[in-house]
Amino acid sequence: MTVETTYRRHDRPLWRRLLLRPEAILIFAIILIVVLSIIGIPNYLRPNPGYTFTTLLLNAVPILILLLPLTLIIATGEIDISVGSILGLSSASFGLLFEAGVPLPLAAVLSVIIGGLIGAVNGFLVTIVGLPSLAVTIGMLALVRGIAVGILGTTSVTSFPPEVTSFVRSSIPGTPVPWLIVVFVVLAIVFGVLLHFTAFGRGVFAIGLSSETAAFSGVNVNRTKFILFVLSGLTAALVGVLFTLQYSNAIGSNGNGFELRAITAIVLGGVSIWGGTGTLLGAIVGGLFIATVNKSLQVLGIGDDAIYVITGSALIVSVVIASVASVISTRRRVTTSAT
Amino acid sequence: MTKQSFWSWLFKARELSLIVVIVALIAVTTVTQPQYLFSEGGLRDLLRTPTLYIALAVGQAIVMITRNIDLSMGSILGLTAYFCGNLFHEAPWIPIPVVILLTLVFGAVLGAVNGFLVAFLRVPALVITLGTLYAYRGISVLWIGGNFIRPEWVPADFKKFALSNVFGVSNLLIVALIVVLIAGWFMTSRRTGRDLYAIGSNPDAAVLYGLRTKWLTFIPFVISGTLAGLAGIVYVSIYATGDSKVGLGFELQAVAAAVVGGVAVAGGAGRIWGVALGAFFLATLTTALPVLSIPSLWQQALVGVLIVGAITLDRVFFLIRLRQARKELSA
Amino acid sequence: MSHLLELHGVTKTFGAVAALAGADLVLDAGSIHALVGENGAGKSTLVKIIGGLHGRDGGEFLLDGEAVDFKSTADAKHHGIAVIYQEPTLFPDLTVAENIFVGRQPYTRLGFVNRAEMRRATLELTSRLGVVIDPDREARGLSIADQQIIEIAKAISLNAKVVIMDEPTAALSGIEVERLMGIARQLRDEGKGIIFISHRFDEVFELCDTITVMRDGQYIATNAIADVTVDEIIKQMVGRSVENLFPKQEATIGEVVLDVAHLTRAGVFEDVSFQVRAGEIVCLAGLVGAGRSEIARAVFGVDKYESGTVTLDGATVPRHKPSAAMELGMGFVPEDRRKQGLAMTAGVQTNITLAIRNQVAKAGFITSKLEQGPADLWARRLQVKTRALDTHAVMLSGGNQQKVVLAKWLATNPKLLIIDEPTRGIDVGTKSEVHRLISELAGTGVAVLMISSELPEVLGMADRVLVVREGRLTGNLSRADATAETVMYAATHAANEEVAK
Repeated sequence: MTVETTYRRHDRPLWRRLLLRPEAILIFAIILIVVLSIIGIPNYLRPNPGYTFTTLLLNAVPILILLLPLTLIIATGEIDISVGSILGLSSASFGLLFEAGVPLPLAAVLSVIIGGLIGAVNGFLVTIVGLPSLAVTIGMLALVRGIAVGILGTTSVTSFPPEVTSFVRSSIPGTPVPWLIVVFVVLAIVFGVLLHFTAFGRGVFAIGLSSETAAFSGVNVNRTKFILFVLSGLTAALVGVLFTLQYSNAIGSNGNGFELRAITAIVLGGVSIWGGTGTLLGAIVGGLFIATVNKSLQVLGIGDDAIYVITGSALIVSVVIASVASVISTRRRVTTSAT
Repeated sequence: MTKQSFWSWLFKARELSLIVVIVALIAVTTVTQPQYLFSEGGLRDLLRTPTLYIALAVGQAIVMITRNIDLSMGSILGLTAYFCGNLFHEAPWIPIPVVILLTLVFGAVLGAVNGFLVAFLRVPALVITLGTLYAYRGISVLWIGGNFIRPEWVPADFKKFALSNVFGVSNLLIVALIVVLIAGWFMTSRRTGRDLYAIGSNPDAAVLYGLRTKWLTFIPFVISGTLAGLAGIVYVSIYATGDSKVGLGFELQAVAAAVVGGVAVAGGAGRIWGVALGAFFLATLTTALPVLSIPSLWQQALVGVLIVGAITLDRVFFLIRLRQARKELSA
Repeated sequence: MSHLLELHGVTKTFGAVAALAGADLVLDAGSIHALVGENGAGKSTLVKIIGGLHGRDGGEFLLDGEAVDFKSTADAKHHGIAVIYQEPTLFPDLTVAENIFVGRQPYTRLGFVNRAEMRRATLELTSRLGVVIDPDREARGLSIADQQIIEIAKAISLNAKVVIMDEPTAALSGIEVERLMGIARQLRDEGKGIIFISHRFDEVFELCDTITVMRDGQYIATNAIADVTVDEIIKQMVGRSVENLFPKQEATIGEVVLDVAHLTRAGVFEDVSFQVRAGEIVCLAGLVGAGRSEIARAVFGVDKYESGTVTLDGATVPRHKPSAAMELGMGFVPEDRRKQGLAMTAGVQTNITLAIRNQVAKAGFITSKLEQGPADLWARRLQVKTRALDTHAVMLSGGNQQKVVLAKWLATNPKLLIIDEPTRGIDVGTKSEVHRLISELAGTGVAVLMISSELPEVLGMADRVLVVREGRLTGNLSRADATAETVMYAATHAANEEVAK
């Protein structure tokens, strides 16, 4: 008889698991940037009204919401680069419907449904037709943006009721926290629980780790992916409505390039672009990191243009680091287990 | 004709159907508005704008044949166009051919950055080129700012080249033909070209066969960068102007032209002259839209329809052919 | 006189697993040399080292009497070594001719790939091999036999001195096997050295002149075929008597649990009907490619089927829906544990609880804490050797990985467990442990449907043996009736008949 002992839960000690992970490193980086900015940049804490922490959060919220379902899609090893365009179409249709006399709430609901339908088309083409999600969503990126720009033409809708738009921009009384953050937090909890604390989420990661193993374990791979694409469409469209109200402006080009910012945040936050690993918290922290860098740059007076370069480079650097790290850990794994 | 041969015929007839569609499109547009074809400027535009699309599409096609993608082509176009125009402006003493050569080398270097990251650091092409799409565009914006290429910068000889023709064929169309011929020769008749099809068709087998997969992954990005640089030069020669937004979204047009021209999204298949026809079709569509009183705003939506439609149809045809082949095998 | 190819004391480890622990092989020109051994004996690893796909950790490697050290497959090819894998890996989009000449296409004087020459050479090669394949058709959709012919044609055109065939006949029909053997003889007569790997002793004894046996990554013996018998070879391969290896317990056999009726999938399997009872171990035997795994996969619902029914404990199992099959009490330990059984870069706990993720959840929510209990319990019951519950599966040895897969499915508390190749590629010690586990499992009344390519394992474990040949059940043998001869006869019978015709 062997003596039955319970296994250790974790291979590595707690401090290493907590500190040596992308989320922790990013949080340190954020704190570092803020501290350095407070010391180095005059007026960082009391900037002109355009650069307060409230505006930082307001600017970051659309990306933060957008990346929630996208993180789940990337965790399955797929990708959706049409989210920015869906945001734009939702914004355009919301504006047009409102202008046509449809009540504001109904216009919002209809726009969100349209987003869901586009997500369903993505999901259908990826799962049933069996096309690569990259090719499908590149096509939809062009198609959906094209429709958004086409239906609104060169005009824009700005006549939203001021009481609604100012409410969307407003903060919880007595705090610098905008109401939109509440929307984000609620959705983040929903998606976080879905990914990390349900059987569905276990299936999502399993698909990313090995879709065959997932299928053999009873995960309905196609249905899971389809649901995620629909969720991504719905969420992107919701952001489109909120974004439109936030800036009181419905134009077809809203959300241009947001897919890049969302993917950057997710990859930066330690979610593997190959699928299977990562946390939603990491992706969110990644989004906050980008927002913090942006704010410091803005207060410094470096314009929006530099942000393109920085976001693009950050994306490349983060995947390169992830790739190099995985090569190193594979090597170490081979050498340690060989000895 | 058996069912299978019908489907494979239809698949192979891609180029033929593209020619038919292009001719029909030109015919319809001309009937609507005769100046479209029967005016000096009309014919000229019809025959020279495709060069831009063909250069981009051929580059994109070569990358896609190896099962990768280059989303940074539009940004490289923008950056190289300004590079070229600025060189004319700042260093007018440099001969035009040298400027062209330097611009092509600049494009090749920008492409090589993509190629290096994808091939040697094994990061997915989508992520890398999405990153450089923005990084290169950002560099353009920082560098150019509110400035733009001014017509007076561009040497008269250079502008004249784009307007002239040889025996009635636009010079630029000849450039496009040369690109297609060289690329076609390289892809169909050189070992390296054939090996590019091989790694796209089955990357695992390519490793097993001892093909130099890293090198073969790297090369196409250099080619696409160079061709995006050529597109930049062509852009300057046609328009003799341009701000920091030049080439915005052109990577999508390139993808559309490639898939419409028959490049498989899963790699391994696609002919260069089919891609050239796809690009020609897209260019014709762009000039025909306003004439057919469809606002050019809808152009991007059409690009999207073309991409989604082409890849879906290809996939459906592929599944049908596969089923036929299986039936034949088990029979 | 030096030999064509000589390997001495070759070693190779992958992570914690020693795949080769001293392999020897001596091949002469003009010889067909059989390399045999159980699955996991190290044959494939040896082949990959010769072919330049893996480097060796130690040992000697001589080609024509000179020490060589291949850096890549291209290097090996350059030295005249060609490997034909069981499942050829062609480029589906390229033509047949291009597949033969990929990477070394002939040029015309003008610098064009010379298609006419490639075509001509391909036709010459295929006609020499006595087959008709259109050189201009794309490789996609070719039968496995034709794909192998292309690989052989490539080997010939490369002027290979050494041709290695890794289980080439596994997926071929009788006529195709004859054709392949004819080609092998032809190559031998031209003075090439051929290494022939096969599990089919009739082929080995008919074709080869020399035989080398491997076991557990080690060289056992080399003999002239004329000097040995099948029994002797089997004894060398197994290295111990079958009874000790498989400690089968007697179990009471109960009611019918699984009832499969007239299961058909065109071109794969046809009209397959059988039952498995509680406490019974039923083995699906047959040659690789006969359709055993495909039948099992269809029963579980991973694959589709066209007609027929699957019933579990009286309830109809819906088609193509593994989750429903699992709910009804079916479990499936798949053939390829790395790709199908495990998430290699996930922890032991994640892997064990993946199939019971719905049961572990409380009010729909799962936490790592909730998973820990069952993970710990089943890892302990199966004595999985791991540093911790979050150690990635990739870090474990093959045997422990297999235990994790078994734990994952035992945790579902199945009424029927399908096990495809339970001991492929795991060490001897763990092997008998796995056999004991399966036997104990049957003892508790679970119905077991097992697939194995190792005849001793089949004979040692099964209460009943179902033999599959070309997608049809050709034998239903009780434990008493099942012998190596009766099973092999049912597995190959029709193939022989076809040849006789």
